[in-house]
Amino acid sequence: MILKSLRGVALLLVVLFFMFPIFWIVVMSLQTNAEILSLPPKLIFPPTLMNYTALITGHLKTSVGTLNIAFMHNLWNSFLLSALSVIVALVLGVPAAYAFARYKFRLGEDMAFTLLSLKFAPPLLVLLPLSLEFQRVGLDNTYIGLIWIYQLITLPLILWIVRGYFEDASPDIEYAYRVDGHSWLKGFLKIAIPLARPGIAAAVVLSIIPTLAIALYAQRWLVEGLSLGAVKG
Amino acid sequence: MNDIATHPELITAKPARRRANPLPYLLSLPALIVCIGILIPFFTAVWYSLESYNMAFPTGRHFVGIGNYIDLFSSGTFWHTIVVSMVYMGASVIFELLLGLGIALLLRERSKLNNIISVALLMPLMVAPVIASLIWKLMTNPNFGVYAWIVNGLGFTNFGWASSPDTAMFTVILIDMWVNTPFIMILLLAGLRSLPTQPFEAAKLDGVPARFVFFRITLPMLMPYIITATLFRLLSAIQEFSIVYGMTQGGPGDSLMVFQIRSYIDFYQNTNVGRSSAILMVLWAITFGLSKLFVNQWHAMRERSKAGA
Repeated sequence: MILKSLRGVALLLVVLFFMFPIFWIVVMSLQTNAEILSLPPKLIFPPTLMNYTALITGHLKTSVGTLNIAFMHNLWNSFLLSALSVIVALVLGVPAAYAFARYKFRLGEDMAFTLLSLKFAPPLLVLLPLSLEFQRVGLDNTYIGLIWIYQLITLPLILWIVRGYFEDASPDIEYAYRVDGHSWLKGFLKIAIPLARPGIAAAVVLSIIPTLAIALYAQRWLVEGLSLGAVKG
Repeated sequence: MNDIATHPELITAKPARRRANPLPYLLSLPALIVCIGILIPFFTAVWYSLESYNMAFPTGRHFVGIGNYIDLFSSGTFWHTIVVSMVYMGASVIFELLLGLGIALLLRERSKLNNIISVALLMPLMVAPVIASLIWKLMTNPNFGVYAWIVNGLGFTNFGWASSPDTAMFTVILIDMWVNTPFIMILLLAGLRSLPTQPFEAAKLDGVPARFVFFRITLPMLMPYIITATLFRLLSAIQEFSIVYGMTQGGPGDSLMVFQIRSYIDFYQNTNVGRSSAILMVLWAITFGLSKLFVNQWHAMRERSKAGA
């Protein structure tokens, strides 16, 4: 009995520590500036959607004047950049992941490790020289430059997670399909990719929104993806 | 028969594939080209680190060999950076591991409530680290922050959070824990729930004490997951940038000058490209060693799980 209530208290503290900041941000987002700045903090207040309308319309009216916020533009930029860079990473990464998984070819292991080590290298090591380089060739402040840099994050992720799924799927199904007279490409598109779909989905989501959203409906994929295929369900 | 003899490529058996098949190279080539594009700056950085190169004095740029490295290792500020980074990495990973393991053990039973809590706890992981530091910056603000207000009410009237050199490290580690403990928790929870049940049932039948079960059965069986999670976190903690930069930009003073912050400030504020690159090379050597360990561990685990399947 004591053990059980201790466990309850511990869980409560854990939930409080991890959830309170998020709860508090939601509370503050519904307050006016004056209410946010008041001490002691207010828990009972008339909630206002003013901050949200300001984000959508782009104008925040305060007592000192109107503040312009380019939030919708920023949101669109973020959306466009993540979508494009994930698409590029998929087109580049999935065939490469397949090659690493199916064929033991020379340098394959070295290449795979080089690509993975990019993920683990200090980002600034690449970013600082690249920023000088981009200035020189005029790629700074362009979408192409940014999408290229994002490959540093997305490509290794997709490569390594998807590779694990290709390795887990038996090649025999593909061989059988090919013996039936289908081309290699068809076997790749119709058999290999559908079999690796959970891995691809996990990798895509992990590279766009880290974690939660899918945890709700695909927790298993997420966990498998997170542990780089090490978890056997 | 004749066909196969004259056209060996018709044999699609595996051994024939292994010999000089261009397909795998073709498939991985595009990814490789893009990565070379990213690797070039890496080699440029290696070159920069061997040069005396200050953007403010482009004409004075010249090759100095390992001069930058000698300067670094003979300067107190760089040793300070090493110590600060190590403390940050060590403390945050140890606390996250203990807390994550504790929470995973609490949530081990598959019940509806436990599943809801485990999903809810992933929320901080979804917050970008920069945003996380902004949230905490608001909450620990001495003028209106709710945490500052609570701690003040508890009698710690001089608790400076990130603005005081004494508590700055504590504050950023707390934020790091808030952001990253869920990651360890979810990995270990998945590990715990995938363990075979027989050893635990046998121990229960034999009346083995709980502490013995934990140290002799649970912990050893969970070890591969713990090692993976730890290596992964060590790798990202030694490179921490966003939380520290978002909170204090390395300050107050230089109390939070971790590797990447020091190098960022050397690059943009002091325009000293050479020294900035040398710092990053030292950091890279550390992460390379860690990532080699990580990949070996990962391979070993895959082999083991394949053998077990």
